[in-house]
Amino acid sequence: MKVPVVTQVLKANDQVALENRAAFDAAGVYVVNIMASPGAGKTSLILQTTARLPAGVRPAVIEGDIASTIDSDQIAARGIPVVQINTGGNCHLDAPMIRTALPHLDLATVELLFIENVGNLICPANYRLGADLGLVVASVPEGHDKPYKYPGIFATADIVLLNKYDLAGAFEFDDAAFDRGVRLVNGKAPIVRVSCKTGEGLERWLELLLARVPRPALAGR
Amino acid sequence: MHELAATQGLLQIALEAAARAGATRVLGIDVVIGELTSMVDDSVQFYFDALSGDTAAAGAHLHFRREPAVAVCGACGHQAPVRPPLSPSCSACGAHALTVSGGQAFYVDSIEVDHESPGSDAGTEGE
Repeated sequence: MKVPVVTQVLKANDQVALENRAAFDAAGVYVVNIMASPGAGKTSLILQTTARLPAGVRPAVIEGDIASTIDSDQIAARGIPVVQINTGGNCHLDAPMIRTALPHLDLATVELLFIENVGNLICPANYRLGADLGLVVASVPEGHDKPYKYPGIFATADIVLLNKYDLAGAFEFDDAAFDRGVRLVNGKAPIVRVSCKTGEGLERWLELLLARVPRPALAGR
Repeated sequence: MHELAATQGLLQIALEAAARAGATRVLGIDVVIGELTSMVDDSVQFYFDALSGDTAAAGAHLHFRREPAVAVCGACGHQAPVRPPLSPSCSACGAHALTVSGGQAFYVDSIEVDHESPGSDAGTEGE
């Protein structure tokens, strides 16, 4: 006998993501889920971005890694609250992991939370965490073909950053091909070229980010 | 690797649906997977066989239906199903004006179940 079901396979995760989102909203915290390959510059971006935040926008970070505290140590050294999640081999963060991390953060003293996902262009696309903004960071040395090979993650992006843009000439990076690839699956996300090394483009990224952080959070409470 | 966590969800959904239907065994599960989700059929089946061992869904066959992603050309209107790696140009007119949509589905569509009367030998009291 056939029984209709029609249930999302990741329903349980999505439900927890909604609960996370409600907890963030209640605390007035704006949340960015940073997704990228290993080595694209996620941690550098967090360090460069948090160094440029206006007073009243206090950051915190949830670090997702297969193992190690290398990234979270760098962030903690700047005096930024950080919670490390070691996924123990799992290739992505999921909503229950974020829920587990929440008690370790004082959300009342945070306006902007960065979640650094595990470096991977595949799985993080499928798992909602409860973030307000999905940020995909690509980087020049990875090549301009990445949107064609991993369209799923670029389709989920609210903003795409192209990092290490200072190296574009050396890598003969094809800007038009990259943009076309993103636009195949994503007609809306702004594409911003940045370099966490030289600082180029970061002002534009900050502008886009802060325009999305809701006013109550910006008011500093 | 991400198929493991997803398959746990899939198994749970199938078992819950079977219990709601009063079924004792799950014989088959129809799963719809979008072409852009990077979920691999064989991998899902592999994890399913490992996870379902001592459940009512042990031995169930997974039937995968692939939901295509569709590229529409803004220049000539041509539509074609596509899968990664995506092509930048229209297969009909060559223009770089494609928009790709769909291919993100991942759900359990239906299950095939069996009802055995409890306390009786299978088959002797079938309706």
